Amino acid sequence: MKLSSSLENNPDIDSWLQFHSDGKITVSTGKVELGQKLITAFTVIVAEELDVDPGRIIVITADTSGSPNEGYTAGSNSMESSGMALRQVAAKVRQVLLEKASHQLGVQVENLNVDDGEISSSLPNQSVTYMELTGGKNFNIKVSEDVVPKRHDQYHLIGNKVPGIGYEDLVTGATTFVQDLELPGMLHARVVRPPGYHARLQELNEKDVREMPGVVGVVVDGSFLAVVCEREEQAVRASKRLSGLAIWDESKEINTENIFIQLKKNNRQSLPVIKGVAELSAVPSIKTPQNSAKTITATYQRPYHMHGSVGPSAAMALYDDQEIKVWTHSQGVYPLRLALADVLDIEENRIHVVHVPGAGCYGHNGADDAALDAVLAARAFPGKPVLLKWERVDEHSWEPYGSAMQIELQANMDKSGKILYWNHETYSDTHLKRPSAHGKESRLLASWHMQVPKQSPQVKPLTGYHTGIHRNADPIYDFNDRRIVKHLVDNLPLRVSTLRSLGAYANVFAIESFMDELAHSCGRNPLEFRVDNLSDYRAKAVLEAAVEKANSRIISKGGGHGRGFALARYKNAKCYAAVAVDLLVDDYGSIKLLRAVIAADAGQVIDPDGLRSQLEGGLLQSASWTLKEQVKFDEKGITSQDWESYPIMTFAEVPEIETILIDRKDRPVLGAGEATQGPTAAAISNAVFDAVGLRLRRIPFTPEMVLEAAAET
Amino acid sequence: MANFRINVNGCDHQLDVDESTPLIYILRNDLGLKGTKLGCGLEQCGACKVIVDGKAVFSCNSPVSSFANCSVTTIEGIGTADKLHPIQKSFVKEKAAQCGYCIPGIIMAAKALLDTTPYPDKEMVCEALADNLCRCGTHPQILKAVMRAASEMRK
Repeated sequence: MKLSSSLENNPDIDSWLQFHSDGKITVSTGKVELGQKLITAFTVIVAEELDVDPGRIIVITADTSGSPNEGYTAGSNSMESSGMALRQVAAKVRQVLLEKASHQLGVQVENLNVDDGEISSSLPNQSVTYMELTGGKNFNIKVSEDVVPKRHDQYHLIGNKVPGIGYEDLVTGATTFVQDLELPGMLHARVVRPPGYHARLQELNEKDVREMPGVVGVVVDGSFLAVVCEREEQAVRASKRLSGLAIWDESKEINTENIFIQLKKNNRQSLPVIKGVAELSAVPSIKTPQNSAKTITATYQRPYHMHGSVGPSAAMALYDDQEIKVWTHSQGVYPLRLALADVLDIEENRIHVVHVPGAGCYGHNGADDAALDAVLAARAFPGKPVLLKWERVDEHSWEPYGSAMQIELQANMDKSGKILYWNHETYSDTHLKRPSAHGKESRLLASWHMQVPKQSPQVKPLTGYHTGIHRNADPIYDFNDRRIVKHLVDNLPLRVSTLRSLGAYANVFAIESFMDELAHSCGRNPLEFRVDNLSDYRAKAVLEAAVEKANSRIISKGGGHGRGFALARYKNAKCYAAVAVDLLVDDYGSIKLLRAVIAADAGQVIDPDGLRSQLEGGLLQSASWTLKEQVKFDEKGITSQDWESYPIMTFAEVPEIETILIDRKDRPVLGAGEATQGPTAAAISNAVFDAVGLRLRRIPFTPEMVLEAAAET
Repeated sequence: MANFRINVNGCDHQLDVDESTPLIYILRNDLGLKGTKLGCGLEQCGACKVIVDGKAVFSCNSPVSSFANCSVTTIEGIGTADKLHPIQKSFVKEKAAQCGYCIPGIIMAAKALLDTTPYPDKEMVCEALADNLCRCGTHPQILKAVMRAASEMRK
């Protein structure tokens, strides 16, 4: 079988899996736990393949001192790359050990059984354990393509008896998050950021701060400011004081012109997207097909959205002559190491980066920036561990946001309502500005503020399959004649990078709202209209399952009730998800979600509960973005600085959710963590149309925006 | 600096600290109770909730001096991995955590409710959790866990 991409780069078994004398098995991955329950899934995959109790397995997540380099934990790729690498590694290990046992016991492999790591034959008194066979020694072999993992009908654990891992620690407060790290002699630090993106330090007399109780030092490097104190509350106080003392040059302002005007007006690079891949060639002109009886166009917009993790970013750093050690909740310890080495201008191998869980991570947030902040603070105090935490305002104001987007769609239909031509253009900033090796430039926040500032490298349009702006821009439907264009727009006002599902959220919102509009324009049922244009049977299956479930119960008969649904396959290659939503719209434009149904096909299901919580969590986060969220800013800076100025979904606003998993046991596992983001937004929009006949095309659907849309119609 | 007596999880502590220090820093950094999470420092997200004299309160902003002679209960005070509180057990059973950062504060808010309200409905639970935020979208599992805990605690 084809080897996992992760194994192509790291084929040595010993770098992935090791047996220990206490009966434990350590499994190393280059991926990290972000709350997506990757450790549970990996544990089950390895336990299943080896036939051992899952309690024996300890998953070690990314650490530059030893784990395989698997880049970032991102893009819903971990199960398909690292998960499948572990399956193949474990299968190879099992095969090797069974062959050894066969030799030692004088029994054919076919006649051996494995029970919790003990290999036995049907003859009595004939057994040997994995540990006895390995003797704790390395395997010194590589996984090769002849590896044969178990067949799905041989599974005991997968898709079924999956233990909950780590919950006892989470519910008792025993889990150590990066924010909870404690080392002897540790110092506490806070940063003091400029009041806005472009403000730079003009004058600072920090003497008063240096004299405050517990202040060990004030780190000033250009416009990068941090305080380092004995106690945490002292650092909070000192940072506030320092902020009050600093005088900033705020002459350069943020462009506050309507973002959707900027998206159309600014310089841009435009590329055609063919079968999900952007091509470096001229954009074809728009056609008017023969037999076109009707041309329909619509424009959809999303604002900047925030990751909004509940725990502000943090990192610990310990700086000494030999090694700089960094504890971080970054999604990529190896790329972060490269980025840090560039900023500090030192050898990469002097830096040791360890992943420690942070609060929920939904893409490139402040984790990497906090790591550099901590290193800069710790550099002033060699030998002392420094724990640096962002305050809430730092997180809200400086994290890289999800890009604002405008999507313009056009469809030409014949008299019968058949779609003859589909045109999709997405205007957006990039969705990918992760830090890595950028030489004299850098994407780490503090590097832009240092005495010798670095520039953020110019972005180029991504061309790969369903990357960034054009993720899910290519519809899953069978349109023969389609023109898809991505426009990477320059010089937009806010800092952006990856946010869960990247461009797919708004592209799917647009496509699936538009499909609804087209169906209604020719008096067709939106479900049948979609099915007529869809030959992918798995896509049809999730769509029909969701709609059938939604229609099986009357939720509300009252006025203002509506039901809508939408479909997507993430990146047209990963999990299929259909979402159906029931909601109420009142006279004041307020939308209340009543119920949501998800039907998903993520191929073979490893951990049904984990999969369900990823799909439902994605739906609720997307519903929150869609109904409530928008990053606001003025000339000086970000004005969405806390949870009051940037409200997110609360418990009372959460609908009842039913999730149907279509388990395709004989098919490859498909990443699912981002699958419901897009369909949710469109399902809500379509349900509002069903409820009150109002088409919402600009996110967020706050009461003000709903009333505005009503007034425009 | 000032002297205080404060009872945390049944133990008396004599503290000699700056009286304006928010309670959370004392709990986490002086008493080593890191289960109480710092989320916003603005009493907006609920990650820092503890129970004081029966009520769920924010610990991130109020000075420690305002808790002098009070009984404070943190997540560590209600159960341990070996001996989980019924609410904690229900959260484990329902797998009601993704990243889990918000969970201690939510459990404390739920406990304050269930200690006085054995038969809550969903609206009452939502009301009790009105200022607890969860960004992973674990709300359905959390609500199920709280309702399950209510039923367990009635037994």
